[in-house]
Amino acid sequence: MSRAISIQTRDGRTGVAGRLSDLFWRRPKLLLLLMLAPPLLWLGIIYVGSLFSLLLQSFFSIDEFSGLIQYEFTLKTYGELLRPTNYDIILRTTLMATAVTVASAVIAFPISYFAARYARGRMKAVFYLGVMLPLWSSYLVKVYAWKLILAKEGILSWFFDAAGLMPVLEALLALPVVGGNSLSVSYIGTFLVFLYVWLPFMILPIQASLERVPSNLLEASGDLGASQRQTFRYVVLPLALPGIVAGSIFTFSLTLGDYIIPQIVGSSRLFIGQAVYAHQGTAGNIPLAAAFAVVPIVIMAFYLWMAKRKGAFDAL
Amino acid sequence: MTVAVEFKKVSRHFGAVKAVDEVDLKIDEGSFFAMLGPSGSGKTTSLRLISGFDQPSAGSIHIFGEACETTPPNRRPVNTVFQDYALFPHLTIRDNVAYGLMVRGVKKSLRHQEADEMLSLVKLDSYGDRKPAQLSGGQRQRVALARALVNKPRVLLLDEPLGALDLKLREQMQEELKALQQRLGITFVFVTHDQTEALSMADQIAVFNEGGIVQTGTPEEVYQRPRTKFVADFVGSSNLVPPQISAQLGGQSRWSSLKPEALTLIKHEGAGVVGTIKTVRYLGATNRVTIQVGETELSALLSNSGASWNKGDHVGLQVKPGALYAMEEST
Repeated sequence: MSRAISIQTRDGRTGVAGRLSDLFWRRPKLLLLLMLAPPLLWLGIIYVGSLFSLLLQSFFSIDEFSGLIQYEFTLKTYGELLRPTNYDIILRTTLMATAVTVASAVIAFPISYFAARYARGRMKAVFYLGVMLPLWSSYLVKVYAWKLILAKEGILSWFFDAAGLMPVLEALLALPVVGGNSLSVSYIGTFLVFLYVWLPFMILPIQASLERVPSNLLEASGDLGASQRQTFRYVVLPLALPGIVAGSIFTFSLTLGDYIIPQIVGSSRLFIGQAVYAHQGTAGNIPLAAAFAVVPIVIMAFYLWMAKRKGAFDAL
Repeated sequence: MTVAVEFKKVSRHFGAVKAVDEVDLKIDEGSFFAMLGPSGSGKTTSLRLISGFDQPSAGSIHIFGEACETTPPNRRPVNTVFQDYALFPHLTIRDNVAYGLMVRGVKKSLRHQEADEMLSLVKLDSYGDRKPAQLSGGQRQRVALARALVNKPRVLLLDEPLGALDLKLREQMQEELKALQQRLGITFVFVTHDQTEALSMADQIAVFNEGGIVQTGTPEEVYQRPRTKFVADFVGSSNLVPPQISAQLGGQSRWSSLKPEALTLIKHEGAGVVGTIKTVRYLGATNRVTIQVGETELSALLSNSGASWNKGDHVGLQVKPGALYAMEEST
């Protein structure tokens, strides 16, 4: 009885929990702030903070004689990026990331389209499993497995040999720049491994974006006189574009930053990730490492800006 | 008169489900044709068969005399207004309307001009630059209409066109659609489950049930002389009068339909058909009275100026001459 009465009183409830609850009810923003504070702090300090300190490092320089960092703001370190050896690294990495991204998109699109439009029930489960399964095993194991697959005596050469396609493989390896002694020490090999490892990151966002295209839009397009090809060009592709851009952000930035794959599979020429690793480790040139690390950020920012300008996010 | 659309023994089966079963149908050119029926009755499937999104399992479909079972949707002289409008979210309203012209290769300036004309036809002159998400339901409906009409179709198909609108807007759009149809002279075929919508807009109504057409006719015919119990029940608020009572009231000894407004009550005199008043609902100028007659419940619409009736009164029933329509079904 007394309980029922206390609920009815106008002054609110008693006890700390009760009063707090009343307070939050009266001031919902306070509760929101309280709930958001931990993740905001995490994001602000751990993520943005560390990024900022990295950015700061890149504006310092290193004294070439003593090897000590000079804590004065200068653009000298960025100037070093333009030296041929460093510039080559940036160009090589960007080209590789572009190639991997384009190839991923081309391969991922039909797979995603099938999964979003046609796969139902069990088929859909098989699709998700097939895409996700490689992500569950260790990244290093996969890369080393690929090294074996691509090696001179590996299963791929065996297959080419058995199929009588050895001349094709040889012609491929004889190509200037991208070829080499075997696939495992060529750019083609690096490219294949990147493609394999990052493909799921392209498939899933594209599939998600296609999933959101209602089928009656395709019917409407056909009804209005569009051929299948026109429907694809004017309806499906624009609506899938945000997904393709999201996927390409993953594949592009992951390739730009990776330093393990090019170290294990490929020619010994450096990629940005390896350069960062080398400069901040053995060489102790933190400013240059930081400047290298800024490059992918700038490239990505530019890429997103271009994508936005081209209307890639209009359908969002 | 030219026949716009003709079904000859058309069936569409999905496995064991007979969505449309041996339907014969003729839609005259220039008519406003309603396909009326409850959900799952085959009306939407029939519409999809005309538009070409679905192919018949058997039978033939002719559009202006041409067999078209194998013609893809983009090459039929019909356009569709979709139930949820299906506007392209990434295009502006103007580009949505101009879409049909764009895929036909009409120059940009020309197709935008025609799109603007269409938009003004549906009273959305200044909305060309907006995106579909910025429009209300009723406005999107008009855009969908303009987009379908810009192709100058010979038949316009409308799939539950007003289903998503609120009552007031729906009534307004009903009038506008009717006026538009009369102005353009295009054949309109629309699917609805709303009998008042079908009655008020259509020249011809086909009533669908369980994959087949149970009755075709003008709104008056379908409303006044329902051929089956289903039509009587679904289309109107008709009373279904069992054979025995029908005979006693002066009709045939068959299941008959009887409009509530044709039923009058008199003082209980022991003879004739008698019943007990179950409920009296006040509706302003009239009262809706339900009367229990044996197992059957009948409904009457009575003027408020006459005698007043109360719940529990024993009353005699009378019917205006010729108001009882015998139906085909015997059960």
